[in-house]
Amino acid sequence: MINEQTVRKEVRAWLEEHWDPNLSLLEWRTKLTDTGWGMPDWPEEWYGKGYPPLLAAAVEEEFVRFGAVGVAKAGIRLLAGATLLEHGSEDQKKQFLRRILTGEDTWCQLFSEPGSGSDLAGSTTRTVKEGDHWIVNGQKVWTTSAHHADWGLLLARTDWDAPKHKGLTYFVIDMHQDGVVTKQLRQMNHHASFNEVFMTDAVVEAHHQVGELGQGWGVALTTLAHERRRADGLQPMASAKDTEIDRSGSIYKEERAENDVMMAPYIWYPQRAGRVDLALPRAIETGKIDDPTVVQELARLLILSSSAEWTARRARAAQQAGKPQGPEGSLGKLAASQVARAAARVHTAVSGADSMLMDEDSPRDGIIGEILISVPAVSIAGGTDEIQRNIIAERVLDMPKEARSDTGPFKDVLKN
Amino acid sequence: MEFQFTGEQEQFREFVRRFFNDTTPTTEVRRIMETESGFDESIWQRLANELSLTGISIPEAYGGSGFGTVELGIAMEEMGRCLYPSPFLASSVLAAKALEFVAGENQKAELLPAIAAGEKIATLAFLENEGAPVVTDINCTAQGSDSEFKLDGTKQFVLDATVADYFLVTAMTDKGLSLFQVDGSTAGLNINALKVIDQTRRVSRVELNNTPGELIGEEGAAQDGLEQALNIAFLALANESVGGAERLFEDTLEYTKLRRQFGRTIASFQAIKHRMTEYLLNVELAKSAAYYTAEAADIGAEDLAKLASIAKASASEAYLQAGIESIQLHGGIGFTWENNTHLWFKRAKSSEVFLGDPAWHHARMIERMVEEQAA
Ligand SMILES: Cc1cc2nc3c(=O)[nH]c(=O)nc-3n(C[C@H](O)[C@H](O)[C@H](O)COP(=O)(O)OP(=O)(O)OC[C@H]3O[C@@H](n4cnc5c(N)ncnc54)[C@H](O)[C@@H]3O)c2cc1C
Repeated sequence: MINEQTVRKEVRAWLEEHWDPNLSLLEWRTKLTDTGWGMPDWPEEWYGKGYPPLLAAAVEEEFVRFGAVGVAKAGIRLLAGATLLEHGSEDQKKQFLRRILTGEDTWCQLFSEPGSGSDLAGSTTRTVKEGDHWIVNGQKVWTTSAHHADWGLLLARTDWDAPKHKGLTYFVIDMHQDGVVTKQLRQMNHHASFNEVFMTDAVVEAHHQVGELGQGWGVALTTLAHERRRADGLQPMASAKDTEIDRSGSIYKEERAENDVMMAPYIWYPQRAGRVDLALPRAIETGKIDDPTVVQELARLLILSSSAEWTARRARAAQQAGKPQGPEGSLGKLAASQVARAAARVHTAVSGADSMLMDEDSPRDGIIGEILISVPAVSIAGGTDEIQRNIIAERVLDMPKEARSDTGPFKDVLKN
Repeated sequence: MEFQFTGEQEQFREFVRRFFNDTTPTTEVRRIMETESGFDESIWQRLANELSLTGISIPEAYGGSGFGTVELGIAMEEMGRCLYPSPFLASSVLAAKALEFVAGENQKAELLPAIAAGEKIATLAFLENEGAPVVTDINCTAQGSDSEFKLDGTKQFVLDATVADYFLVTAMTDKGLSLFQVDGSTAGLNINALKVIDQTRRVSRVELNNTPGELIGEEGAAQDGLEQALNIAFLALANESVGGAERLFEDTLEYTKLRRQFGRTIASFQAIKHRMTEYLLNVELAKSAAYYTAEAADIGAEDLAKLASIAKASASEAYLQAGIESIQLHGGIGFTWENNTHLWFKRAKSSEVFLGDPAWHHARMIERMVEEQAA
């Protein structure tokens, strides 16, 4: 019988025997991928151990405690992994899954288009079969990390006579080709993590179609479900630097170098979540902790973020116990938006007029300024709060669906 | 932390819910709240005899069923759902916990079994002034020695004083904060039932004038025990509140699906759908805090004081917000006496400020967190 104790023991013993900080990142991750320790909640036949989420979290915790590097997880590679695990062919799993975990390939999500963001199924990216490949023409936008991605998860239209949601197909597209041009977009917070992606007679191999023809919407929902689940308000785990580990081994250097590139588009992501962890220390260091109005706002923020975390844990515990999903499971994304906004309010109250400033003139070497101009992304990225509310109202609360004016063959439907 | 209820706990909840569905439908709540005492002896006796609920978190050694705080939380949540009007919070939580943490062995053995059996109703008279639950912030005094003490002062917001057999009264002696048992029928004890917004929860002003009281526990040593008892009371009230909030949510959701305007149900309007999802989030977050804190109490968490304040503040605000939303979403009918929504709205109002309002608990939790950071 495996339980948390035995798993922790086993992973520690395995790390004692195998961890070597002087292996190359690729050698080590290959080991993790082959043994299943890198992604223990993936199925056994695909580089995992088939563990439930809580046991997998325990493994991850042991890695952090041990100071061992994990498989590559940055970006949307794990969304790609989850989607391929569920809908990919054997060949696709063989081709992609391993390199996702070893960090050799980087991925992006080509869903949103200028005319279809919330209305994702309104994609007008035109995809036509020619011989044993597809030719793609269209434009995507706000595509995070496209500028250094090797592969893209592409949602595109293959049938204009079918109704909106039935004429879409899901593909994997090679980002390294002349037909794909990416252009970085500057964001309101000065970073440029997302892109415009122009596809002009771009080529997709026929065997890179994921799922059935015309069933792309269902596959995309899998990706989105995983994306929204990740935004469940859980605090980041103890980061590696919190532990007292000797990090002189060469693998750490390689990991840092990789991080500098791979994580660059995401360095502001903690700030967009509001940096609740800084709220109390900032109030103390500024002396605002003695201001009763600040105390009230701060308390509300900390209550909100703790309750969001506990709600996420309730949902996970229920999921692990195989209980039917209660309403608590769908609320994480909305909670995260509320937390981020409340945090921005508190940081403003604590920092006073310093909240006008950024970069080195802003407190905490610019972090505070960056929070204030990054938080607006939380309630948009990965589906807006309004769309999330529609989904919860209709699926969880069983309230009537929105009236539609976009049924019938897509070619006859008003486009956005 | 398990973050979920066990099968037995789910069964227990079912059992308690069925009991209250049978005994305390809203028609019955309305009948009881119109009576002078606001209390129904027969339901109370069934609660004690059939469910042993009155002694739910009293240790077995003292005649209770010795369940944990999680079970207490479940019971409170169910009582909050149906708005059960009774001295449960006063007697089985506040008084029982005060005795458990303050009284000596013999006193516990003497007093707790009768509370557990529902035979005696006790209440804790500790609030003064504006009702902030600071146990030391009192003017009430006691003078005497050994068993002979005389108490003077005024206690505010004493729960269910008119039906209590005896009072546990806090007072300052030369040695410090102490707890006394004062019999309800003692001469020199003045009980003034106050007019309350929430007729399902009664409070009184109690005046002591050279009133005899018997020392509970050791003289001058009541503070720690009372604070421990209060933490349990905070989280109990929090669980009651999330039960009420959840019930309001369910009733309101159902109403939006029935009420038709402009030829469609109001539930089909996006403005209403979005409000209901925010409402749901509000209730679920408060539930998580209330559940988490109950479990934390059972495993002896060191930061229980902080957690209890989190649970109380969050439940108070969520419940009140639920009341406000529910009345708004019912429209004009929501403002009528006949519609039931106001009953919960009023309980939300009284629970918001009883045992410390959110602002008080916010300040308390931040104080604890600053201490944690310093340590
Ligand atoms: C930081 C960031 C990273 C992103 N990364 C990616 C990525 O990697 N890949 C990708 O494909 N996309 C990405 N996006 C795009 C994101 O998914 C879309 O911006 C989002 O889904 C909203 O679509 P939209 O921008 O077209 O807004 P619109 O759909 O035009 O929405 C505008 C407003 O109208 C509201 N609205 C729309 N429809 C409804 C409705 N039915 N009911 C009520 N209100 C409605 C919206 O909530 C919003 O407030 C990213 C966005 C951000 C901000």
